[in-house]
Amino acid sequence: MPSPSLAATIRIRRGEFVLDVALDCPPGITCVMGPSGSGKSTILAVLAGLALPDAGRIALGNEVWLDRAYGIEVPVHARRLAYVFQGLALFPHMSALANVAYGMSDVARPDRSAKAQALLDRVGVGHLARRRPRTFSGGEAQRVALARALARSPKLVLLDEPFSALDRELRAQLTALVRELVAELAVPLVHVTHSIAEARLLADQVVRIERGKVSARGPAAEVLANVASLEE
Amino acid sequence: MWWVDWNPLWLSLQIASLSTIVTLVFGTGFSLLLAWRKLPARHLIDAVISAPLVLPPTVLGYYLLVVLGRNSAIGHGWEWLFGTPIVFTFTGAVIAASVGSLPLVVRSIRLGIEAVEPNLVAAARTLGARPVRVVVTVVLPLAAPGLIAGAMLGFARALGDYGATQMLAGARIDGTPTASIFVMDQLLANHEDQVFAMSLATTVVGVAMLYFANRLTHRLHHHRA
Repeated sequence: MPSPSLAATIRIRRGEFVLDVALDCPPGITCVMGPSGSGKSTILAVLAGLALPDAGRIALGNEVWLDRAYGIEVPVHARRLAYVFQGLALFPHMSALANVAYGMSDVARPDRSAKAQALLDRVGVGHLARRRPRTFSGGEAQRVALARALARSPKLVLLDEPFSALDRELRAQLTALVRELVAELAVPLVHVTHSIAEARLLADQVVRIERGKVSARGPAAEVLANVASLEE
Repeated sequence: MWWVDWNPLWLSLQIASLSTIVTLVFGTGFSLLLAWRKLPARHLIDAVISAPLVLPPTVLGYYLLVVLGRNSAIGHGWEWLFGTPIVFTFTGAVIAASVGSLPLVVRSIRLGIEAVEPNLVAAARTLGARPVRVVVTVVLPLAAPGLIAGAMLGFARALGDYGATQMLAGARIDGTPTASIFVMDQLLANHEDQVFAMSLATTVVGVAMLYFANRLTHRLHHHRA
């Protein structure tokens, strides 16, 4: 059975700024692009349940996470999603293993360590299991953050510019890893970025946001060909 | 060679230790509540909790007598439950010390909690943690330096409490004064050697506690930086 698509409509007014977008993301990678302040990160916060829109609906197939019109609001902890934050937000007081095991509340306690270790091995940082985040390099921290996010067997993956601070080579390695992992999971992934290079490496489809509105959407090659003016 | 009765210091240490536990429990609860920005009347609750900082200790003691005295509802209920009153007892001294030090403890813990990066809390929530788990596994461990600082300030404040303790618990608890009351008594009796010895001992205890708290806090910061 194919994984469900994400369908979301979001409307938020914050002073003068209005974010009014509709997203339709099938399994695969959707890059949401746009300049700073266009509302990209707000979209992710709303999808995750960390921010509440004035109006909107979020559904994964038949599973409704939010419907303001009907008063439906599934709390953050009950939405099965993976969120990799811009600053990664690894818990500094926990080892890499404990960070990854944190989201495994539905895995029997004795099995968590082995599963977390397997995930760390899968993303190439198994040797960091006992170490804390302050000792990680940028690339290592990204890999641990990816392993932690995917540990919940998510139905939706959200990435908020997690590779923005990395050099080109490391970024290419990690985007390849993300593509591999998402292909295995076969779920929708929404990736926020302002980098065309990153979108070219990752995206199946692209949604461009400008001043809170969708200005372009479609297959990655098609949309990216028309947005050469965006910052590389 | 003079002889010093160390029982007052021992009594003060017991009161301050118990008071520290009480204020840590209540202080953590109040701090979490006050960190919740949607709390109704948040600033009013904050002001009431902080009131002991600005009240003269005797006024605070008077309020405690009114609220916890034998004729008050709470005092009456307590006596009915436990068979002893709150006033003029060890319990009264712990309560007086706790109420006096609570605002300091709350302020320190709040600083610790508010210093926790919001993204870490958000990350825990997206990883399926319910609010209580987020608090226990992420917020409080990361706010530990604030908790330690609060505990130490609370302990030091409780160790030196004079006015409120004397109003609620009296000058003697089972015949023994607290260290600060002992110092005043001995000063009035012209026993300067006793005053000196007790003052020095409480200073050493207080400074040692602060020193170890600072080292512990520094180690925690260093460990996570």
